[in-house]
Amino acid sequence: MVVINEKLCKGCLICVEFCPKNVLSLNKLQKATVKNSENCISCGLCELRCPDYAITVRK
Amino acid sequence: MNEIIKKYFRNNKLPHIWCPGCGNGIVLGALARAVDKLGLDQNKTAVISGIGCSSRSTGYLDFDTIHTAHGRALTFATGLKLARPELNVIVITGDGDCTAIGGNHFIHAARRNIDITTVIFNNNIYGMTGGQYSPLTPTKGKSTTSPYGHIEKPFDIPELAIAAGATYVARGTTYHTMELSKLIANAIEHKGFSVVEALSSCPISFGRQNKLGNAPSMMKLLKEKAISIKAAEKLPPEKLAGKYLIGELFRKQLPEYTEEYQKIINNLTEGGQMQ
Repeated sequence: MVVINEKLCKGCLICVEFCPKNVLSLNKLQKATVKNSENCISCGLCELRCPDYAITVRK
Repeated sequence: MNEIIKKYFRNNKLPHIWCPGCGNGIVLGALARAVDKLGLDQNKTAVISGIGCSSRSTGYLDFDTIHTAHGRALTFATGLKLARPELNVIVITGDGDCTAIGGNHFIHAARRNIDITTVIFNNNIYGMTGGQYSPLTPTKGKSTTSPYGHIEKPFDIPELAIAAGATYVARGTTYHTMELSKLIANAIEHKGFSVVEALSSCPISFGRQNKLGNAPSMMKLLKEKAISIKAAEKLPPEKLAGKYLIGELFRKQLPEYTEEYQKIINNLTEGGQMQ
């Protein structure tokens, strides 16, 4: 499960672009948000690549 | 926020000042994971940085940290390591800080083979001061001080480090995050001067001037141009043109500076003659 801290997110799109299962997108405020959580395989790539430490993946 | 960030960062300093999509945060995250993997004691680890975007890192890390003068991180680190050889000393520096302003300190620290781990955040530009070219700006690259394309040839940091005498040299990218973390962990474990060049991207100051797109497309470029050293061994040289090697590029065991220095101290304090 992907948890996003909106206070830290700067909307750089890295997590959205590199998610292998297309789980994430940006919301109206240009912050990362989970659009299909059922697709998430908890691979943790978004957490590793988030430059702003805004993402936590809970297994 | 995950456990590693909570443990190793000064959480009240976040969010950091880096621009959206800046690779520095990814490299710093990889460094924190490397420290966690090795289980280093936070009170026995010192992180030292110079000046620049990358060098802001020490303000965010919850270790004993020093934010020093421009290019002088390695000199402060050398002094600290000599005075307290039991500490793990990690230097965070940028491409300009390390190879231009601190270029001389860099080659001499490498020559001495002092047990310091240097992580160079290479974003090809001086981002903080407004996008001037650095010694790592590629030929033909545009910057505010080379608006018609850069005419100089950039340094190859691993080659420079190996030639100067560093005993562990590796290169990683922000795209290959897990590998980067592993390389930094190996560098910290290595006894002697170790250098990890972390290829990062600067979408605002470098990417925008060179029309390289947003942060993800700059990271894709890093992926496309990188080739692991093991894969490169099997490829003909013409296929390697325009690519750079990533992975562990060099490793050698040589006498370490603080140990050699301690031998002299021991010899003299025991009343023995110097050999």
